[in-house]
Amino acid sequence: MTKIFDIPLYPYTRHADQDRDQDTPARYPVVIVGAGPVGLAAAIDLASRDVPVVVLDDNDRVSFGSRAICFAKRTLEVLDRLGCGSATKMGVTWNTGRVFHGEGEVYGFNLLEEDDHKHPAFVNLQQYHVEHIMVQRAQELMAQGAPLQIRGRNRVETIGTHDDHVRLNIATPEGDYELHADWLIACDGANSPTRRMMGLDFVGRVFEDNFLIADVVMQADFPTERWFWFDPPFNKGQSALLHRQPDNVWRIDLQLGWDIDREAEKRPERVIPRLQAMLGPDVEFSLEWVSIYTFQCRRMEKFRHNRVIFAGDSAHQVSPFGARGANSGIQDADNLAWKLAAVVQGHAPEALLDSYDFERVYAADENILHSTRATEFITPKSETSRLFRDAALALAERHDFARPLVNSGRLSTPSAYEDSWLTAADPDGLPDMCRPGAPMPDAPVPDGWLLDQTGGDFCLLWVNGAAPPPLPKTAVPVRVLHIDPATAPVLAKRYLGDAPRAAYLLRPDQHIAARWTAPETAPLTAALSRALSQSEVAHG
Amino acid sequence: MADLILHRNLSDPDGVYADLLAAHEGLSKDESDALTARLVLILVNHIGSRDVLNAALHAAGQSAKAPG
Repeated sequence: MTKIFDIPLYPYTRHADQDRDQDTPARYPVVIVGAGPVGLAAAIDLASRDVPVVVLDDNDRVSFGSRAICFAKRTLEVLDRLGCGSATKMGVTWNTGRVFHGEGEVYGFNLLEEDDHKHPAFVNLQQYHVEHIMVQRAQELMAQGAPLQIRGRNRVETIGTHDDHVRLNIATPEGDYELHADWLIACDGANSPTRRMMGLDFVGRVFEDNFLIADVVMQADFPTERWFWFDPPFNKGQSALLHRQPDNVWRIDLQLGWDIDREAEKRPERVIPRLQAMLGPDVEFSLEWVSIYTFQCRRMEKFRHNRVIFAGDSAHQVSPFGARGANSGIQDADNLAWKLAAVVQGHAPEALLDSYDFERVYAADENILHSTRATEFITPKSETSRLFRDAALALAERHDFARPLVNSGRLSTPSAYEDSWLTAADPDGLPDMCRPGAPMPDAPVPDGWLLDQTGGDFCLLWVNGAAPPPLPKTAVPVRVLHIDPATAPVLAKRYLGDAPRAAYLLRPDQHIAARWTAPETAPLTAALSRALSQSEVAHG
Repeated sequence: MADLILHRNLSDPDGVYADLLAAHEGLSKDESDALTARLVLILVNHIGSRDVLNAALHAAGQSAKAPG
């Protein structure tokens, strides 16, 4: 059977840009390197904002093999905003996890999801399905005339950086051509050729480990749960993870340690007995994909290098525990696209792009911290570390207090940009979950869901029985969402708490920029100016 | 929040000390170390304060003997 990852979705076709005179190459506002989930998210977002964008990829199809599988609520919300909400329905929803130590089960847990959100806490879905949905969405936008191109089998060979543009030399099956970009977004993965060509590197190599990642097709009656093993009999001294994906595909991660022969470990005669020992002697399975995944916890010092901006794995890497790779990458794109659009369209100064660097470096550090802590628990680096790890696991079986100490990966949650200079000071008296900087929580509203009403614009969310006053003219459009709290009790609880009324300024990426209990026009204008980095504030 | 207690706080220090040792009676070094680790986690949870724990870690560190 032909799988989606075997089909060229954006096959190479010759573009008129390739026939231009060498001295007058085509120039675009934005070029994106890499048509993975991060590059596609940025491209769809920018094109939806009428910013012309060209995506270059050295391949012509969705990625195959064992990539991201676990997509978190915030990411699903971003995908939905981009018109890729079908990912949620396609995925497998799970909310139970089990932790094993050695031979036995230590405990099971429920994610205890908060009700009344459009999207679940997590779905499991193969990355190639997500990319396929995104490519289809991009093609739909193109058919509607959006200024978006995806050029398959276009490999960037050299990059020349200049004060006000980037020069790219691109190899295709029919020879090289040159392209100029006002802005370049590098979404070209952990081994980012862009990063290498620019001679940039990572700071803080914290940790390195190897994992055997196997996607296995089987008709098995394992429940739809996340199973995690510490020191299992079938992988002594290491860890293992079992997760269900759609189409009877199961993801298995077996930790191998750092000092291994990668080629030998990948061979079927080595892999199949390992998996058979894990799944039991009677389970029949076939391998969809096996790879050895080597990860490091690290990030670039800066994500913005003048006209070149890094997003996703090219900028930062974490361990696979906690599903922080693709999730944080798509959230990078979510943060960057509206800012770059505002700069390209002349609504905001370039300083707004430095806030991308500030906010997403902060998020990367948060992810790396969680990832490093989980890694220390899963792979204790000293005798004492192992002693406490085993003590926590031993206690967790009987005592509830020890279960929160057990760390098999803290699953991805979005960062709140409280310290960002785009974020206004917080008045007293409103709920913490909606504090400025935080992603806005979803809630049911009379017409459906709150997040669906934002449309990727700045919004003034007016939670008040009385109608809002007319807004002043602003540099960028501000959409008014008037919700009478009497008609939306869940929203009132999340956004008002005990307060009778409130107003929120929401950024285009659905993060909260400012809020007031007694809103007037003046602070709104100031907060909007702050959120666009227009005010003269010290930062950097 | 309560401060770390470093003044005398035990009414029967000899008895408490004996209980601590009795729990390790007959255990190997590894079993003893594991017991101590479990005990530490139980007590840390009982204290319930990161500040008090850090004050205790600091006090414990200060009293370390120089090697040799």
